Amino acid sequence: MSGISREEVANLARLARIEMSDAELDHLSGEMQVILGAVARVQEVAGADVPPTSHPIPVNNVVREDVVVPSLSPSDALSGAPASAEQRFKVPQILGEE
Amino acid sequence: MSIRSTAAEMSVALVNKEISAVELANQHYEQIAAVDKDVHAFLYLDKEGAIAQAQEIDKKRAAGEKLSPLAGVPLALKDVLVQKGVPTTCGSKMLEGWRPPYDATVVTKLKDAGVVILGKTNMDEFAMGSSTENSAYGPTHNPWDLSRIPGGSGGGSSAALAAFEAPLAIGTDTGGSIRQPAAVTGTVGVKPTYGGVSRYGLVAFSSSLDQAGPCARTVLDTALLHQTIAGFDPKDSTSINHAVPDVVAAAKKKDVKGLRIGIVKQLAGEGYQKGVENKFNEAVAELVKLGAEIVEVSCPNFEYALAAYYLIAPSECSSNLARFDSMRFGIRVGDDGAKGAEEVMNLTRQVGFGREVKRRIILGTYALSSGYYDAYYGSAQKVRTLIKQDFDAAFEKCDVLVSPTAPTTAFKIGEKSDDPLAMYLNDIATIPVNMAGIGGMSLPCGLAEEDNLPVGFQIMAPAMKDDRMYLVGGALEAALLDKWGKPLLDFAPKLAGSK
Repeated sequence: MSGISREEVANLARLARIEMSDAELDHLSGEMQVILGAVARVQEVAGADVPPTSHPIPVNNVVREDVVVPSLSPSDALSGAPASAEQRFKVPQILGEE
Repeated sequence: MSIRSTAAEMSVALVNKEISAVELANQHYEQIAAVDKDVHAFLYLDKEGAIAQAQEIDKKRAAGEKLSPLAGVPLALKDVLVQKGVPTTCGSKMLEGWRPPYDATVVTKLKDAGVVILGKTNMDEFAMGSSTENSAYGPTHNPWDLSRIPGGSGGGSSAALAAFEAPLAIGTDTGGSIRQPAAVTGTVGVKPTYGGVSRYGLVAFSSSLDQAGPCARTVLDTALLHQTIAGFDPKDSTSINHAVPDVVAAAKKKDVKGLRIGIVKQLAGEGYQKGVENKFNEAVAELVKLGAEIVEVSCPNFEYALAAYYLIAPSECSSNLARFDSMRFGIRVGDDGAKGAEEVMNLTRQVGFGREVKRRIILGTYALSSGYYDAYYGSAQKVRTLIKQDFDAAFEKCDVLVSPTAPTTAFKIGEKSDDPLAMYLNDIATIPVNMAGIGGMSLPCGLAEEDNLPVGFQIMAPAMKDDRMYLVGGALEAALLDKWGKPLLDFAPKLAGSK
C-alpha cells in the first residue's frame, strides 16, 4: 500500500476548499497515513464478483405530484445568509478583476 | 410522580391532572439549572417556546380534547435536527447563531403530538465522533462519572436522560451515535430501520447511513417515542412507505418463548472488556431462562465493517458538507471586499470546521478521487454487500441478533482524543447495522465489575421488523429489573444539586 504525501494532502485540502496551515498539513499527513493503512483492508475481500451496494434499501427515482405547495418566503430563505441585498444572497466576487 | 418517573408514568399523571405540562416542564428546567453546569448536556434551552407549548397542551386538556399519549411530556432534541427559529449548530462553529427557517419532519411530528421540546443537546461536530469531545462548544460529561465521556455523537441526549434532565430524547445514528451513548450512560436508544424515520431536516452527514431515532430510560418509553416520530414522509425520498411496526405492543408483551436469538461470534473476544462480556453473557442467560433459544451465528465479513465504514461515511460527508460554503447560511470569514468567493470559502471552512470533520472531509475527498475510487470507495461498497449477505444468512437461522453494544464502558475524557483509530474502534459492534440499514437497540444490562459503569446490550432485527427489538428488549429489561430490585440508573451516584 503506497502512502500519501504531504503534497497530496495539500492538494486534497485545495479540492475540499479548506485553507490549512503548515502545522495542520503536517499533522494531518501523518494521521492520513495511519488511517489509510487501516481502511485499505477492504481490498482483501472486495473481489470482482462482489456487486457494490451504495444504499441499504433499493431506491429508485422518487417523484411527487406536480402541484404547487407553499415554500419559504424570500425573507425566511435569506434569514441565515451572512449577507444579502435586494432579496438575494450577497457573495464575494466570483470572477477575477483582470 | 417525579422527574425520575418514566415518560409513561408522566403521561398518566398528566392525563389524571396530577400535574400540568407547564409544571412538568418547569421541574425539568429546575433540574437542568441544578446539574447542567456539571453535565453540559444542552447547547440551548428554549424555555419560552417550551412553556408556550406546554400551556397550549394544558389548555387543550382542560377543554377535554383527545391528546396523544406523550402530550405534555418533555424531550431533549439533538442539535442536528432543525427546529424553526431555534438555534441549530450541529456542535459546529460553522453554524453558530443560525436559526433554521423550517422544522424537521421529526420536530413537526413531536409538536403535533404535544411533546414539549426543552432544548437542543450537545453532540460531536456534525455527528462525527464517539465521545462528544468533538463539539465546538466543549464536551458533555457522563452523569455516572463526570470525568468520563457520555458516548457520541449523541452524548448530550444520553447524558440528559441519565441526569434526569429529560425523560425522552432524540438522537441520530450513522455508525452507533444513538446506541453507544445509550450503552455508556445506562439508558435505552434505538436506531430504527433505515427509512423508518424521516431524514427531512436532519443535517446530513452520511446520507445512506444516517437515521434519527428515539432515546429514553425504559424500553416502553422508547417505543412510545418511536411510534410518535416514525412513518412515511414524502419529503424524504428514502423514506419507506410501509406501516410502522407496532413497537408499543411489542415492548409490553414480555414474552420471548421459542424466539431464536443469535449471538454473533465476531462481536466478542479481543478488544472487548471482561466486565462487558460478563454482563452480556449474564443477560443472555436471563433470556434463556425466559425460554428463548440461543443460536451461535458467524458473520465473517463484520471484521471489515469498520474499515468500510471509515471510507463510506467520510466519502458521503465530503460531499454533504460541501454545502457549508459561507454563501447562504452559517458563518463567513475574511470577506473584506477584496478577497474572492473561493478564498472566503477556504478561510471560512478552515475556521468553521474542527479537526475530526476536516480529517473526514480530506479522507473522503481522497477515497472518491479518480485513481483511488475503485480501490477505496468502490471496495467499501462491496464490503457493504458482503455485510448485508452475512445478516441475511444469520436472519435465516434466528429472529434477532445480539451483542455487546460497545466494546468497553465509558472511557475518560481526553483518553482517546488524539488517536482517531482508537476512537473509531468504539463503533465496532454498532456499525454493521448501519451498513445493512437494519434496526438496532441498546439497553442497559448491568454494571461492569471492574469500574461499576453501565454496559449496553445490543439487539439487531431485520429491516422493518423493529418490533422484534422491543419484544426482546422489553422482556430482558423486566427480568433484569426483577434481579436488580431497582432501575440501573438508581445505582448511579447522585449529582450535586440534583432533585
